[in-house]
Amino acid sequence: MNTEYAGIIFMYLATVALAIPLGKYIAKVFNGEKTWLDFMAPLERLIFRFSGIDTKKEMNWKQHLFALLSVNVLWLFYAFFCLLFQAHLPLNPDGNPNQTPDLAFNTALSFVTNTNLQDYSGESGATYYTQLFVFMFLHFVSAATGVAAMMVVFKAMKDKVTDKLGNFWDYLVKAITRLFLPLSFVVAVILAFNGTPTSYKGKDTVIGLQGDTIHVSRGPAAGMIAIKQTGTNGGGWFGANSAHPLENPNYVTNMAENMSIMIISISLVFALGYYLNKKKLSWVIFGVMTVGFLIMVFPSVTAEVNGSPYLHQLGISQTTGAMEGKEVRFGPAASAYWGINTTVTSNGSVNAMHDSMMPVSGMAQMFDMMVNCFYGGVGVGFLNFYIFIIIAVFISGLMVGRTPEFMGRKIEAREMKIASLIALLHPFIILVGTALAAYMLVHFPNANWATKPSAWLNNPGFHGFTEMLYQFTSSAANNGSGYAGLTANNIFWNVSTGMVIFVGRFFPIIGPLAIAGLLANKKFIPESAGTLKSDSTTFGIMIFSVIIIVAALSFFPALALGPIAEHVSIK
Amino acid sequence: MKTYLLPSIKITIILLVILSGLYPLAIAAIGKLTPGGGDGVTVTLNGKVVGYANIGQKFTKDKYFWGRPSAADYKADAGAGSNKGPSNADYLKDVKAKIDTFLKHNPGVTTAQIPSELVTYSGSGLDPDISPDGARIQVARVAKVRNLPAGKVLALVNQHVEQPLWGLFGPAKVNVLQLNVALDQLK
Repeated sequence: MNTEYAGIIFMYLATVALAIPLGKYIAKVFNGEKTWLDFMAPLERLIFRFSGIDTKKEMNWKQHLFALLSVNVLWLFYAFFCLLFQAHLPLNPDGNPNQTPDLAFNTALSFVTNTNLQDYSGESGATYYTQLFVFMFLHFVSAATGVAAMMVVFKAMKDKVTDKLGNFWDYLVKAITRLFLPLSFVVAVILAFNGTPTSYKGKDTVIGLQGDTIHVSRGPAAGMIAIKQTGTNGGGWFGANSAHPLENPNYVTNMAENMSIMIISISLVFALGYYLNKKKLSWVIFGVMTVGFLIMVFPSVTAEVNGSPYLHQLGISQTTGAMEGKEVRFGPAASAYWGINTTVTSNGSVNAMHDSMMPVSGMAQMFDMMVNCFYGGVGVGFLNFYIFIIIAVFISGLMVGRTPEFMGRKIEAREMKIASLIALLHPFIILVGTALAAYMLVHFPNANWATKPSAWLNNPGFHGFTEMLYQFTSSAANNGSGYAGLTANNIFWNVSTGMVIFVGRFFPIIGPLAIAGLLANKKFIPESAGTLKSDSTTFGIMIFSVIIIVAALSFFPALALGPIAEHVSIK
Repeated sequence: MKTYLLPSIKITIILLVILSGLYPLAIAAIGKLTPGGGDGVTVTLNGKVVGYANIGQKFTKDKYFWGRPSAADYKADAGAGSNKGPSNADYLKDVKAKIDTFLKHNPGVTTAQIPSELVTYSGSGLDPDISPDGARIQVARVAKVRNLPAGKVLALVNQHVEQPLWGLFGPAKVNVLQLNVALDQLK
């Protein structure tokens, strides 16, 4: 068991150790400084020349938004129609069928928004074309969209008074060529050498040792798995995601994938410090996020390592921990650790089935997604955190009786209204969605859908309620992991979570961009003795309190009905 | 609209070529150099492919070591977990039945000796491994059915125990398929 603890401690420390220099590198890239990946420049020039884009044309925040939304809407339509007609497109060696319209709607939205909720299984519900030319493509560009939006906010904080906030296409492409593509390449090669398939061959059929006929799904999975982790996407090649032995063959790949989940999200926090030349601010933000992260890791790892109390009652040995839904090669510690990693970062890939974990773990995973900014998804994690910064600044200002300021700009009613709306939107869509699902389940158990509401849940009681709450939380947070026992491939879930995913993605991008754009246009006030220091521990504690209060007040009642009730009813 | 839509379409096309076309082809080219050549690593017995090294198989016969229960019945094109919650009463009955079956086939083993992975479903339904203890408690059964000395079978199990990564990280485990293949080769 000690080697299991050693494994997760090593993973965390190594991730942070690599994230700091990576953050410095990212700041350099977006500052236009020289880096060792400058050999990518000709490729970038080719992309821009082909697309007729002049990257020297700087945009204001509204132009950034128009560019971001237009290209995202285009991807949405492209993905939807590809999925709808995938059986007729090339690269379909296993002869898989088209997706139904509601499933294609959900899947397209899910991948455009970096969510990757998968109501299908990759083995039977997608083709090699849609896996590579829709899903993997969207893995790259949706992650880059998040980073580009974040860069607009970074830039708005950097310059004194300006409405020139860089070029959206420049940010988007550089995030891919300088960050996601090289990093994914390295991870994909590690996966390939450890047994993840890379060839385009379809299913293989072998006769097993006991004489059973076995069909083995394969495909060029390594490249997609690499970007699904580094881009905090989470949508896997196989249905069982990173629990699948070809998607995550051994402890080496588990470490590589797990570290990839976290590394860019953490490095972007440090990139902020290097970019603005405010390293202390980075450490304050990193500190707040890390405290939140560790508070979730400890109870979950402990619960899984100690094993299920119900199985203890049956008298078996649980020296290997609570193994339901887990894989032996990872063990309970690395599975619980992954569960927290994947939910704090809005990744959503899993190496064990969350539905079968202890209620304490389920609660921690959902709380991570309810907060959604303890590290957070690439780019968007910082945008969520930015909203909490604005609220914390405002409340601090009220407490000391001064006009609230952040980075030399006054926070006024307009910014505050936007921030509050965004902060409240997240609980609103989660709780309303869950309430609607629970209502349908109780009042229309036999509604004539592909799956009747009475057959949605895989588990009775509190745990069943958690399955629904988890699904909406995961959708709103653009996470994509699931309590997979829920039968979600039907019109109610496909459509409702599809809409929640959309709202949960684009409004939390629009809000911070608007705030940052508005602030950047305001008069710059130099720091004085009365300025609230944003890079102090006090302010860190302030932000942490705001996050906990907002999340706890919004979500405690719902959590009490699900995992808390399940936990306290353990006899 | 033209300011944004036209570049959007063009950049999508070229990024599709680079990211979805060239990138996986490059990985596939490197994959040719890996064990298994990028098609997956297979296991052979007497020159015949009997499975994939990383993908678990269903073992129900007493002469083989058993792996983990699978919610997907070890279908390697539809791997999945049970997704049963820890407090689900039907699920607990199911586990109880699995314990009873195991005890029936392994006389002499007590409930307290059964490690949890032998009676719980894996996450993928294709887990190739069990813990070293999970293999050791099956030695007596396998040895008896095969008329082999227990010491010899135990030695084979110990030989197949994969220690934690670099002796430092993660759990120890035994690959059931590879152990059973070695068992069939044992004279």
